[in-house]
Amino acid sequence: MECQECHIRPATLHFTKIINGNKTEVHLCEECAREKGEGFTGSNAFSIHNLLSGLLNFEQPMSDHGAEEPAQTIQCSKCGLTYGEFARIGKFGCDECYKAFNNKLNPILRKVHSGNTTHTGKIPKRIGKDISARRKLTDLKRQLHEHVEREEFEEAAKIRDVIRELENGGES
Amino acid sequence: MSLRNFIDKAVSPWMQADGPDSDIVLSSRIRLARNLSEFAFPVIASKQQSEKALEHIKTRIKDQSYHTLGKFEWIQMDELEPIEKRVLVEKHLISPYLDKDSKYSAVLINESESVSIMVNEEDHLRIQCLFPGFQLNEALTLANGIDDWIEEKFNYAFDETRGYLTSCPTNVGTGLRASVMVHLPALMITQRMNRIAPAINQFGLAVRGIYGEGSEALGNVFQISNQITLGKSEEDIVEDLRGVVMQLINQEKAARKDLLKMSKVQLEDRVYRSYGILANSRIIHSKEAAKCLSDVRLGIDLELIDELPKTILNELMVLTQPGFLQHYFRESLTPDERDIRRATLIRERIQLENSDQSTD
Ligand SMILES: [Zn+2]
Ligand SMILES: [Zn+2]
Repeated sequence: MECQECHIRPATLHFTKIINGNKTEVHLCEECAREKGEGFTGSNAFSIHNLLSGLLNFEQPMSDHGAEEPAQTIQCSKCGLTYGEFARIGKFGCDECYKAFNNKLNPILRKVHSGNTTHTGKIPKRIGKDISARRKLTDLKRQLHEHVEREEFEEAAKIRDVIRELENGGES
Repeated sequence: MSLRNFIDKAVSPWMQADGPDSDIVLSSRIRLARNLSEFAFPVIASKQQSEKALEHIKTRIKDQSYHTLGKFEWIQMDELEPIEKRVLVEKHLISPYLDKDSKYSAVLINESESVSIMVNEEDHLRIQCLFPGFQLNEALTLANGIDDWIEEKFNYAFDETRGYLTSCPTNVGTGLRASVMVHLPALMITQRMNRIAPAINQFGLAVRGIYGEGSEALGNVFQISNQITLGKSEEDIVEDLRGVVMQLINQEKAARKDLLKMSKVQLEDRVYRSYGILANSRIIHSKEAAKCLSDVRLGIDLELIDELPKTILNELMVLTQPGFLQHYFRESLTPDERDIRRATLIRERIQLENSDQSTD
């Protein structure tokens, strides 16, 4: 496949750009990719930071026209990073930044992660113990409900016992 | 230093082991990005903050060992010569970022060099596990184990909704980058890769060349990796990548079969010409070397050549990079000198193999 920019060299960089939910295939040669600033740093590491930074900045004019606080000046109270700086460097400064800029994040995350905004993977063993326990309980209660609806009372009783045990165990 | 000793030092022990599907998949890698809640992320941290974070991590992790991996060696970046850092980059044990752009950074490496944990890279911790051949699940299992072990000692930056919080929004959620390095000479010769690469992109996976400047796929070696880290479980991310790579393996195998069937003599000619160049040239550019190494490796896989080991491609791709050449010849080299030295090193390496066999 030839490069869509110069139509001379073969395209060696292939990626999908997702802007406002529209997918565009991009096929570029190394030179053109560098010239356009698409995805390349000095090393051969693939990064979409430049692209990302473009997306973040793209968001701002709209929010500045709104009645709310201008997005640029929202600041993280823990590390001091402003949304404006975040948009410029494309990096968060600390864990609190995620909370500080939370209202702005969903559209960005959706674009970067194919529509996803919520973590569904691993939960840390130690600090996430409560989360894991709570999720397990929610899941068991859902199962219990389903069994009751289907009048599978024997199964339901078993699950009820497990739930009781977990809830008591959590208190001790 | 003798060439044999140098190779033994230069090529990570894990790389010399054989793995499943290693005729096509050279290696599998899992990387987890993790941050500590107490400290600002390295990208914006002041020098004092970075130093504090590094000390915090060092006191809790240095000289510790994890199960069968043995002790990790703690290597601080500011104590290394530029050339030593470059060698670590060329061995894929640290990122170019850790070499050039980080401050107060370090790396922990186990003895077989299959695991490296970068400290104060773009994130506080980057856990990387490398396996020979196609072993993504094995690498994920090991990375998860190391992650749990590290989590006992540190308070991770984690949020129930967003997952593991990373410096870059492209890593948030699982913080997982799964990748495989694949050698696809037949798909390149038959020009089928042109159609396959965009199809792989459709699955949310990135395809790129890994050796050489920019994205050029030197030696027909590509890296396939996930781009999405949020909203999918670690297992699903790995499974989706594994599925696509399985198809890629089948396609490459089919293309190799077709080449053998339709144009065996042409293929043999190509392989032996390249072997001739590697065994005899006095000046060789990295591009030509990579092309010839790819041809020769294909020849080995198809049993056209039997006197060279399979690992010669991976090994010489690493050894003939600028950092290693300078390291071996113990002097800084101009690009022209490099091409001469590269040719010398490759010839010596091939002779080594031939002399090994005659003494057997
Ligand atoms: Zn171009
Ligand atoms: Zn912050």
